[in-house]
Amino acid sequence: MNTPAYNFAYLDEQTKRMIRRAILKAIAIPGYQVPFASREMPMPYGWGTGGVQVTAAILGPSDVLKVIDQGSDDTTNAISIRKFFEKTAHVATTTRTQEATLIQTRHRIPEAQLHGGQILVYQVPIPEPLRYLEPRETETRRMHALAEYGLMHVKLYEDIARFGHIATSYAYPVRVNDRYVMDPSPTPKFDNPKMDHCPALQLFGAGREKRIYAIPPFTSVVSLDFEDHPFTRYRFDAPCALCAAEDSYLDEIVTDDRGGRMFVCSDTDYCESRQKLGHRGSERVAPHRGGAHG
Amino acid sequence: MAEAVTTTSLTAEDRPLLIAERLGKNYGRITACREVSFELYPGEVLAIVGESGSGKSTLLQLLSGQLAPSAGRVSYRMRDGVMRDLAALGEAERRFLFRTDWGYVHQDPAMGLRMAVSAGANVGERLMAIGWNHYGRIRDTAATWLERVEIDLARIDDAPRTYSGGMRQRLQIARNLVTEPRLVFMDEPTGGLDVSVQARLLDLMRNLVSELNLAAIVVTHDLAVARLLSHRIMVMKGGLVIEQGLTDQVLDDPSEPYTQLLVSSILPA
Repeated sequence: MNTPAYNFAYLDEQTKRMIRRAILKAIAIPGYQVPFASREMPMPYGWGTGGVQVTAAILGPSDVLKVIDQGSDDTTNAISIRKFFEKTAHVATTTRTQEATLIQTRHRIPEAQLHGGQILVYQVPIPEPLRYLEPRETETRRMHALAEYGLMHVKLYEDIARFGHIATSYAYPVRVNDRYVMDPSPTPKFDNPKMDHCPALQLFGAGREKRIYAIPPFTSVVSLDFEDHPFTRYRFDAPCALCAAEDSYLDEIVTDDRGGRMFVCSDTDYCESRQKLGHRGSERVAPHRGGAHG
Repeated sequence: MAEAVTTTSLTAEDRPLLIAERLGKNYGRITACREVSFELYPGEVLAIVGESGSGKSTLLQLLSGQLAPSAGRVSYRMRDGVMRDLAALGEAERRFLFRTDWGYVHQDPAMGLRMAVSAGANVGERLMAIGWNHYGRIRDTAATWLERVEIDLARIDDAPRTYSGGMRQRLQIARNLVTEPRLVFMDEPTGGLDVSVQARLLDLMRNLVSELNLAAIVVTHDLAVARLLSHRIMVMKGGLVIEQGLTDQVLDDPSEPYTQLLVSSILPA
């Protein structure tokens, strides 16, 4: 009775085989959404069922797993998924980006440069970038097939017409390998440039929508824009209050009920390693250069 | 200036833009239309009239390549001057044709517009689809077209669902004409509009058609629309073309009993 009633990494081998085939196809056609027979997982949809299935399918006993949720290693979602694989696969886990071979992420790319041999697995809620513009799945598939992406610019046009600039700040559409337009999951657009020519393999899993797509290493990923309104990154204009980093993506933390707030790195591993190296922030409220728009 | 154009492009103007040859469509045992043949020349407006169920809409769908014919074929002269069979075009080519060289004005503007997207983006979409990538230029072009169809520029950022029926229809026309198509299909373009709005729309369309030297195929059950817009008319009944000719000729001196009935059933103004 001591042997668990499930296979290594929870999914049975036939399911893993099916998912691996979808992953291989996705890698062969960068940015193309490959349908797969998504399984019921012991967690609700929206908690990363797609990412977990991809991770389970490619996880090996020698892998070192890191799981992040909005950049953080210690939030509920990250901890549960890490524990899930500790329990079902007995793999080593880490919070250090550099040491991990497999990183499952919800909406952030680690600040530390990824290296070859690493795999980044994204949890994706809505894989279809054209979804809110064109409700018919048959039509969006045809548009992808024929590379008709004028509609994607309509969304950006609407942003500029309404707000004066491209106000889309997450799930910012990209063109992969000069062919497919892809939704990079709801990562902040700050992370978009990191996808371009990334040495690590990037896999995207959408459990409810039953789609897997991928960006192979060193593939071009271009954020869509207009000539007169080029793509820009977005970051709160402040240093991290804990490690004084000026180059990391920041979370805004409300500290009291009188408008107090502080900005800290969303990537906890990055922030902690900087603090260990002796970097100290003001640990105080207030961005140093005023406004929140960068 | 008009003369200069005619003399230099005489050969192009002389060759038909679209040729239908013995077109037919069956839905199972029901024949929607059959043996329809005609040629359409650049700048020519052809009206297809007939009662509902006479095969007008099926014919329009056949001509615009949205339906595959059961018999016969449709050929179209592409911008490079080569005559191509529509059935032989790939889907990508057909869809490209549809959003560049052709326009399609639906009876219900909600079918032809994105109701939740601003008017400017509705007009700009076709430009973005053919690779325009400069916001300022797209917006300027959209604004020019909204002015041409008499839509107040203050409404450029409003979604068409906030527009009146007449404005929606004019917006749909602007959206279709922005890529300067050579051929526009119209399916009951004035249907569902009140009489004064209809008159204004017809006036606008007549001007645009002559300014842009557009060829158009207009399906309508309203003989007044046919008389105002078209040069030539085709009368359909039971899927067959029973009479065709110059609009004035057919309407003033109909030879077929059915056409006579149609013409005489117009209420005197």
